[in-house]
Amino acid sequence: MTIDVPALAVRGVSHAYGTRKALRDVDLTVPRGRFTVLLGLNGAGKTTLFSLITRLFDTQQGSIDVLGFRISQHPGQALRRLGIVFQARTLDLDLSVMENLLYHAALHGIGGRDARQRAQDVLADFELADRRRDTARKLSGGQMRRVEIARALIHRPQFLALDEPTVGLDVVSKSAILRRVRGLVQERGVSVLWSTHLLDEVQPDDAVAVLHRGQVVAAGDVADVVAATRTGDMRAAFIALTGGAPGSDVE
Amino acid sequence: MSATIPRHDDHLPPLTVTHYLICLRGIVWREALRFVHQRERFISALVRPLVWLFIFAAGFRQILGVSIIPPYDTYVLYEVYVTPGLMAMIQLFNGMQSSLSMVYDREMGNMRMLLVSPFPRWFLLLCKLLASTAVSVLQVYAYLLVAWLWGIEPPAWGYVAVLPALILSGLMLGALGMLLSSAIRQLENFAGVMNFVIFPMFFASSALYPLWLVQQSSPVVYAICRLNPFTYAVELIRFALYLEVDWLSLAVVAGMTALFTVGAILAYDPARGLIGRRGG
Repeated sequence: MTIDVPALAVRGVSHAYGTRKALRDVDLTVPRGRFTVLLGLNGAGKTTLFSLITRLFDTQQGSIDVLGFRISQHPGQALRRLGIVFQARTLDLDLSVMENLLYHAALHGIGGRDARQRAQDVLADFELADRRRDTARKLSGGQMRRVEIARALIHRPQFLALDEPTVGLDVVSKSAILRRVRGLVQERGVSVLWSTHLLDEVQPDDAVAVLHRGQVVAAGDVADVVAATRTGDMRAAFIALTGGAPGSDVE
Repeated sequence: MSATIPRHDDHLPPLTVTHYLICLRGIVWREALRFVHQRERFISALVRPLVWLFIFAAGFRQILGVSIIPPYDTYVLYEVYVTPGLMAMIQLFNGMQSSLSMVYDREMGNMRMLLVSPFPRWFLLLCKLLASTAVSVLQVYAYLLVAWLWGIEPPAWGYVAVLPALILSGLMLGALGMLLSSAIRQLENFAGVMNFVIFPMFFASSALYPLWLVQQSSPVVYAICRLNPFTYAVELIRFALYLEVDWLSLAVVAGMTALFTVGAILAYDPARGLIGRRGG
């Protein structure tokens, strides 16, 4: 696998629920070692796209490659290289933090001392070591999210996809999580796809793709998207692309 | 950010049998942990058949006469007759409990983490099935211990001989539960499973009364009992407990296990199944 292979290549993907089209001919590339923001209003199709990337849904039309492995043909290879944080909470609330992590490690074929060591490492990394014996139920929303991100990293994926990970979190938790995930890109070369509807989570040096009504209406570096829309900043560019206005979901 | 975690790189060793076994152990371990954490589930799983044994069977022993029928070589007390049925009942409820647990996992999102594991989906579902079966077998042996204290003493080797039968019937009922879970949209719909699956399967079977007795009372109900796969699970267990093999029951239970398992795997297949259309 060469460095030229993108972390994620989505080509011509369409998806429908019955007669309702959720995605139309979506093209999306997540470059290696970049923080890419998938920006879209609620209902734009972000979660559907995540379900396709993770093969919860089968690809109806088009292709999805994770680090060069086509998800429909080599799901195991693709999923081994992908860390995922879903929008909905997915921790087992009856298990402890450590048990949640060890279970996830086992689901990736990692067991024994190796799994325990990795779990301790990621927990320490996310400042959760002292909560490892607590049941997930006892954690705050921000802590749960940190555990979920730590869990997504336990099998050391090269590509991390997070679907609206800051929804429902306070400002402090939100910025802490964002900072940590950006750190993964800078310090470890992890490629990140960060889905959100919050414009303040986009930084000037990010790659960005704007998803609107199931279509990617703009993609590239933030500066390119702003220039292409002949606007002054990302907020104005987003409004120009989607018609999003104050009072919509854009914040 | 500390530097304790190595840089994430491309090169991953292929998944081996060891990795598969680690995954299997992890899923069984999680199922067992959940069972241990949910003490009420264990207690209710044990109390339910014991209520039948202590109260129902005690009441009916004077009413229902059980003549000599295979595998028994003599007249037996009603408690003795009903014990294999109650063992199968534990597994039936456990299978449906697993189904409930899968619907709950789906609603809570845990199911997604299982389904995005790199192992093949059929393998993950088989692991779930084996985990559920292991839990049900433990429950049955706990029940057998109490039943032994109550004076129900099958042959000593019967406790060993019944294990493969319990595994097979546990797999069949677990697979049925898994198949049902793929069709249930919400936890609220689960009451329907109780009314339309558990009760009819249990009562229209040889669990509580011998089929010859049913045949005398109602040929229609008898025919339903004969078509009910749960009847064969009960008979498989009954014969195995007395060191015999009921080949017809073995064939039916094995066939139904295969059928339900394939159905569940297809139902959870993202390309074909109900879950694929609706999402995990």
